[in-house]
Amino acid sequence: MKNFLTVSLLMLSLAVNASESVKLDHADIDLTDKVSLLRGAKHFVTNCLGCHSIKHIRYLRIAKDMEVDEKLILNDIAPLGAGIYDQIHSAMNKHDAEKWFGIQPPDLSLVARSRGADWLYSYLKSYYTDSKRPFGVNNRIFQDTAMPNPFWKLQGEQEAVTRKTIYGDHTELEIEEPGTLSEKEFDLMVNDLVNFLVYVGEPVQLERRQMGKYVLLFLSIFFVIGYLLKKEYWKDIH
Amino acid sequence: MINEGVDNSKRQFLTSALTVVGAVGTGFLAVPFLAQMQPSVKAMAAGAPVEVDISKMETGQMIRVAWRGKPVWILNRTPEVLETLKTLDSKLRDPQSLESMQPASSKNPGRSIKPEVFVAVGLCTHLGCSPTFRPEIAPSDLGEGWKGGFFCPCHGSWFDLAGRVFQGVPAPTNLEIPPYRYVSDTQLIIGEPEEGKNA
Amino acid sequence: MKTNWFTSSGNWVLDRFPLTKLWNDHMAHYYAPKNFNFWYFFGSLALLVLVNQFVTGILLTMNYKPDAKLAFDSVEYIMRDVHWGWLIRYMHSTGASAFFIVIYLHMFRSLMYGSFKHPRELVWIFGMLLFVALMAEAFMGYLLPWGQMSYWGAQVIISLFSAIPVIGEELSLWVRGDYVVSDATLNRFFAFHVISVPLVLVMLVFLHIVALHEVGSNNPDGIDIKKYKNEKGIPLDGIPFHPYYTVKDIAGVGVFLIFFATIIFYMPEMGGYFLEHANFIPADPLKTPEHIAPVWYFTPFYAILRAIPDKFAGVIGMGGAIVVLFLLPWLDRNPVRSIRYRGGIYKKALLMFVISFLVLGYLGTQPATPSATIVARIFTAIYFGFFLLMPIYTRWEKTKPVPTRTTEHHSIDEQLPALLEEITELKPATSEIDHVVFRSSFFSRRPNPTGIRHVLTRFAKKLVESLD
Repeated sequence: MKNFLTVSLLMLSLAVNASESVKLDHADIDLTDKVSLLRGAKHFVTNCLGCHSIKHIRYLRIAKDMEVDEKLILNDIAPLGAGIYDQIHSAMNKHDAEKWFGIQPPDLSLVARSRGADWLYSYLKSYYTDSKRPFGVNNRIFQDTAMPNPFWKLQGEQEAVTRKTIYGDHTELEIEEPGTLSEKEFDLMVNDLVNFLVYVGEPVQLERRQMGKYVLLFLSIFFVIGYLLKKEYWKDIH
Repeated sequence: MINEGVDNSKRQFLTSALTVVGAVGTGFLAVPFLAQMQPSVKAMAAGAPVEVDISKMETGQMIRVAWRGKPVWILNRTPEVLETLKTLDSKLRDPQSLESMQPASSKNPGRSIKPEVFVAVGLCTHLGCSPTFRPEIAPSDLGEGWKGGFFCPCHGSWFDLAGRVFQGVPAPTNLEIPPYRYVSDTQLIIGEPEEGKNA
Repeated sequence: MKTNWFTSSGNWVLDRFPLTKLWNDHMAHYYAPKNFNFWYFFGSLALLVLVNQFVTGILLTMNYKPDAKLAFDSVEYIMRDVHWGWLIRYMHSTGASAFFIVIYLHMFRSLMYGSFKHPRELVWIFGMLLFVALMAEAFMGYLLPWGQMSYWGAQVIISLFSAIPVIGEELSLWVRGDYVVSDATLNRFFAFHVISVPLVLVMLVFLHIVALHEVGSNNPDGIDIKKYKNEKGIPLDGIPFHPYYTVKDIAGVGVFLIFFATIIFYMPEMGGYFLEHANFIPADPLKTPEHIAPVWYFTPFYAILRAIPDKFAGVIGMGGAIVVLFLLPWLDRNPVRSIRYRGGIYKKALLMFVISFLVLGYLGTQPATPSATIVARIFTAIYFGFFLLMPIYTRWEKTKPVPTRTTEHHSIDEQLPALLEEITELKPATSEIDHVVFRSSFFSRRPNPTGIRHVLTRFAKKLVESLD
């Protein structure tokens, strides 16, 4: 019996394949930081909304959740002419997108839920120059991505530099042409943006976590009374 | 073995306590389930205020816009029409608009903010059909008494060009005036009340 | 006697409807064994989850659009624009997974205590039919969000029908209503998921409970309580379901709801197992996701399907894994019901079965590498071995003598204080909050590593010993 269990556990470990993937950078997600979220919203509209919609959220929702005036959203963050009830659509149409990129840039409302914050954070920082690609860039997290680098001016241009180490070949991305932002500033910017995308993925998440403790408290009270009642009745039974 | 009458008061108390907590819990659960049926944000968005540009309106012209799924009429009234309105009071059910729905800014004889521009919800206050616009005087089908107004084809209600209902017709009240205000001399926004005034 | 309006209107109904008789037969005078333990909560919990799925499901249908172009967006509309829509959606998705957890534990109880044996074979059959209906309901429900996993999972599973010789292709076409999973499929799955299968589920639950009440419940000792009755004809080891089990089940519901609420409010995705990450991408018929896996509760059967190298044989294998459960009352040749009195061989076999179910479940979530497939094949053999070899190994089991009356076992709540004392130790009060509530010794307890180790080794020893 014991032998069998040991053998089967060993075989199990064989079955688990260690996947060959690049280690992801960790994004610092804090949805209580409304200032960061608003910065992220601005970064999104500036750098992403040209191609990517986030059509499942409305400007009004952002104003409500960030606890800011609707006018601030419309003046500072939303593109010109947006109504407060509008869903956040991109101006790019499907026909042009397919001609230029081969594919329509996907809507990003749920990208944080399907890809995860760390993946997004790492992806946005992992572009490097690659002359074989149509836009001249490739991405270490998503090989042969059809998306150009929206941040090349801000981050600068990175090269994939391969060095030989005793463990084998090791590739790092290093900035060859600096951009307008320092590395720290750029990291903060991407972090704000990813923070915002996590919020957009599920705007209600902060609220539901706060509500949860009251629900659990109530249910605990219910359970305690129910349990006392059960014990009282079961005194009858021997 | 089941013993009878063992500390019944404690059982009563706990049962009542549990029932109360359970009822409260059910109430808490019922709130989201019932609130779920309230108009969603999408419905509110669809019900958002509508901007109307009246700069190109001709005299006597009426335009229709949709607000909250309802027709809203904007009528450019001539001075003759405004004069005629003053003579109809004795034939109307509620000439002072005491019973009908309108914002405070429209509680005047012309039932509008500016007398020349009349704004009203184009639904008969009887059962909700949309009346026809009949500005002509004494047409053959309506007779001599018709001095211009709105005629509802469903059950024959008559309204004057200030939306006031006549006596002897099924509709009980004057046409509803929606909240609206002037953004500029040529721009209205239907669905937004005048700032600082009761809607 | 002067009766008030309330009583007389009540009597009006009772004169015309056998409410009192129903109440007595099934609640106040339905005698259940007094030794029900933890494993007996899951029936009533399953009923609670069913009601949850019904209510939240109906509320969802008010806003969900069963159209391939609109479905995905309508789910996000519910999550964001409908007031409290997110709560209803999470209650429904968590409820679906909770349903399977509860049902698997409910079924496991039957395997342990022999609740499928004579005279309860029909209760078991109705239960198995419920299980099949539940799987159909869950499978069709999962298509409705129209995400990548919804679409491709359905595509893969429906194409299994095409493996059936002769009629396979036609059958798949008929199920799908199209050459691939499409809007036609979505619409009909919506109809089945919202009304036909729920009706079947309700009918089967009714039949399941009626059949149970006809023969009476089994118990952890597997003895027949109706054998020994008192002068009034009431089983000596029986207690009326109401109030004793109504009150106990309510406490059980309380515990369950705490777990349920914790998941809904803090981790509704459950690491991608309850709401899969790939399903947040709208269905794309032109692009298959890297890993297609069914939802966690189907993974054991999926692993069996993949383990068998032939397409049709794999389908037979997967179906066979369910069919063999139907046959259980006739495969098990031993008259002793409860695992407490059965031979070591059955206990070991049951443990192997549980391990194989869990391992197959895990393997079903992973890609089918060659080494994983070998492991899957071994455990598929064990899974089927548990059932198909049963007529042999249960006939020659060395069972223990079965008692005539129910035995005393300490309940969890009785053992808990002693256990807590053992795994914690009293440290000087270090609570920062100087309040009377926090001065009790409970808050001065810290985990005791040696104590925990002792408890775990003792538990492991007891488990191994019990296998003989």
